[in-house]
Amino acid sequence: MSNTTANKKTPAAYNYVDSRVGFSAALKRNLRKVFPDHWSFMLGEIALYSFIILLLTGTFLTLWYKPSMTEVIYNGSYIPLKGIPMSEAYASTLEISFDVRGGMLIRQIHHWAALFFIAAMVVHLLRVFFTGAYRKPREFNWLLGLGLLTLGLLAGFSGYSLPDDLLSGVGLKIASGIVQALPVIGTWALYFLFGGEFPGTEVISRLYSIHILLLPGAILALVTAHLLLVWTQKHTQYPGPGRTEKNVVGYPLLPVYTAKAGGFFFIVFGVTTLLGALVTINPIWLYGPYTPDQVTAGSQPDWYIGFLEGSLRVMPAIEFNIFNTWTFSPNVLIPALILPGLMFALMGAYPFLESWITGDKREHNLLDRPRNAPTRTALGTMSLSFYILLWIGGGNDIVAMAFNMSINAITWFMRVALIVVPPLVFIITRRICLGLQRNDLDKLLHGKETGRILRLPEGGFVEVHSPVSEAELPKLLARETYPVWELPQKVDANGIKTPKYRRQLMKAKLSAWWTKGDLPIPTMKEIQSGQHHAHEALEQAHEFGVEPGKEEIVTSTNH
Amino acid sequence: MTNEFDINNTFDPDSENQAPKVSKEVATKLPTPAKGVDHYLRRTDTDPKAAKRAERQVAAFFGASSLFTLIFVVSFFAIPRETKIAVSLIGVTSAQNIVLGTSFGLAILFIGIGAIHWAKKLMPDVEMVQERKEMKPSDEVQQEALDAFRVGATESGVGQRKLIRRSLLGALALFPLPFVVMLRDLGPAPKGELRKTAWQEDLHIVTDITYAKIRPEDIPVGNLISAMPENILEIQEEEGNLNERGKSAILLVRMRPEDIKSQQGPDWDYQGIVAYSKICTHVGCPIALYEQRTHHLLCPCHQSTFDLADSGQPIFGPAARRLPQLAITVDEEGYLIARQGFQEPIGPSFWERGA
Repeated sequence: MSNTTANKKTPAAYNYVDSRVGFSAALKRNLRKVFPDHWSFMLGEIALYSFIILLLTGTFLTLWYKPSMTEVIYNGSYIPLKGIPMSEAYASTLEISFDVRGGMLIRQIHHWAALFFIAAMVVHLLRVFFTGAYRKPREFNWLLGLGLLTLGLLAGFSGYSLPDDLLSGVGLKIASGIVQALPVIGTWALYFLFGGEFPGTEVISRLYSIHILLLPGAILALVTAHLLLVWTQKHTQYPGPGRTEKNVVGYPLLPVYTAKAGGFFFIVFGVTTLLGALVTINPIWLYGPYTPDQVTAGSQPDWYIGFLEGSLRVMPAIEFNIFNTWTFSPNVLIPALILPGLMFALMGAYPFLESWITGDKREHNLLDRPRNAPTRTALGTMSLSFYILLWIGGGNDIVAMAFNMSINAITWFMRVALIVVPPLVFIITRRICLGLQRNDLDKLLHGKETGRILRLPEGGFVEVHSPVSEAELPKLLARETYPVWELPQKVDANGIKTPKYRRQLMKAKLSAWWTKGDLPIPTMKEIQSGQHHAHEALEQAHEFGVEPGKEEIVTSTNH
Repeated sequence: MTNEFDINNTFDPDSENQAPKVSKEVATKLPTPAKGVDHYLRRTDTDPKAAKRAERQVAAFFGASSLFTLIFVVSFFAIPRETKIAVSLIGVTSAQNIVLGTSFGLAILFIGIGAIHWAKKLMPDVEMVQERKEMKPSDEVQQEALDAFRVGATESGVGQRKLIRRSLLGALALFPLPFVVMLRDLGPAPKGELRKTAWQEDLHIVTDITYAKIRPEDIPVGNLISAMPENILEIQEEEGNLNERGKSAILLVRMRPEDIKSQQGPDWDYQGIVAYSKICTHVGCPIALYEQRTHHLLCPCHQSTFDLADSGQPIFGPAARRLPQLAITVDEEGYLIARQGFQEPIGPSFWERGA
């Protein structure tokens, strides 16, 4: 079929550009590039598309928004605030909302897209983690992703503060309190950020240039690098028929992937727009202008700051005075800076730690099923439970109101739960994973349960197993085991100290912990005989007049 | 078929890199349909009528999109801004906003739905396979790259000519300095402003809305009033910011004198009226939630709770320090005044704060 195209004439315009740019070689290589298909691969796409929506709508907002804290008297068309003094930033946000046609819509799309942007990044991160997609050669992309998440959080917070309404102003005040608590440099940092004391008259215009120039620029750069790496490394794929570490199975960029991914951009954009049209988000006109002596009860940040809000809320009141001269505030520093710093540092280090423990330096293009890496999966759910608890802690007043509970009791529960629950989640997850592995092993060695019981002529009963289908077999065979490193000797037989003894000891212990409870990988012989038995049992069942069911019979088992 | 699956799945750490190498020609080959992958024919593959129907559906989606774009443009000019409509679940809202948003949203959405419908029904759904190549280039290519670098580095002489190298490194290290130095003027040097507020002896206490002076009898027992120093508006005018407002805000609470367990100074109350800083000592939110019965004050941000009957001590939550108390009395005309400024810094902790 491609022979016919070869004879066609090169279009003049194509030739014109190609003679100057020379992209034919790249197009030839890439136009039919294969992308594997799976719903979980769309999560990163949602993040990317939300970012594009943010750039588009954000540009529109800059046409009317005024990043100024100069006081003006509001005289727009929102009656309840008429005649009230407020910053120009807040007044211009009201103008966008009530006097610019479609302005409210754009503002709301922008806010919804921001919420989706970070939500999609977080869920994408979880998908990448639980399937081990960060393993070699994709460690750098994992780090780039973490960078994007960090920048996304900062972009979210800086944008959230720009309307200068009462709610976001309180958020900014909390940020100023955190900056102020920094040891040694706190007061200076506060003065540098706000141009003096809080709130000053500088912070909104500074946040503006950060929000519309620095952060989007940095995000754009990182996104580009992220996608370039995905492109050159080719996307990972789940184990399945015909899929190996050495190939990629899916649909070509042109036409299927272009239509699907391009269409999906419009779906994401369309849904965000409809939400922006129909569901109110951040009704700043209800909050009123910011003034540092007022606050609203039940104030909540956007969802992605919730975990920090929670850590601030549940942290016990620990503060020290050093020689009665300096104040050191762990009650602020630990929950607001040290904890998130630690969380991101651990996430960043994780791929390298794992590969150090397992000794695995191979390239991985087939994704792990979460059950096949029980310790990793358990660590993931453990961390997730910690994050969710913090997040709920950030809404402890909402929880208290909704369930008519004591806020003190909820806070105490969270303090205990943050220490007790994650380890429990770890243990339970690992057990579930190992249970699922056993089930997989059972299927391999004895075939699938059919639920049919046969009575034999002699009077005994047997349960009929059917062989595993060919489509399922690669999934079941994908599990790997890792070695447990030998405990090192402190000194060898010749009395020479083992180099890096402590490090080796730690590695040995960690690898024992990592592989604890791992089931042995069955040999091909065992599997074949198992499937063979299932096959025979099924034939026997057939002889007795039982339908074999719809499962395809494995043809690969040699009799 | 049997050997298709390599199930010797115990990872052997001695073989550093097990992914077999794929030659360059194979890696750049056009993809081919994947073998061993299930494929079922769709109705649109076998029935030309179904294919034609799908084609019409896709075109209908794209057509609907164009229609909604036109609706957007027309309603932008046609619907007056003030028109309100009642929508179920949403309530009374701006007609323009609803129509613009819905038409725009549907215009975008239908492009997406059309494209995906097209891909799913009419484009080939045979999965293709493409070989991967290992990320690491061959040893020869690596060597060639390093050789090229070494040749270049040698030719530049950067290795041998230490004087040039060091002076260049020095210059490069120093040249960003102006950018850093210029950041110095982001803010003034702190001069202890965090310790000070506008409060001082004999300053009248006024409400924070009408700025009227307050008499003790204006505050019934159990009531709470947000208040400011009388000169707050002048200060705001003079400084051109709200900084002082964020520091001088206080709360006046009247309780029965016998309910007061302790205060930060002897008789700092006036007939059971106590004045405390409104700014939380945790991270500085204004505190607003007062429980009459217990005299507890709760910060809505992080739920730090202070007992106003007991020197403003923190009794729950992350705040570690008490709320500073303002000593008050009345002037000869019977209006509430401050007896002195705050005796300790208000608001959240900072490094130089000290005890």
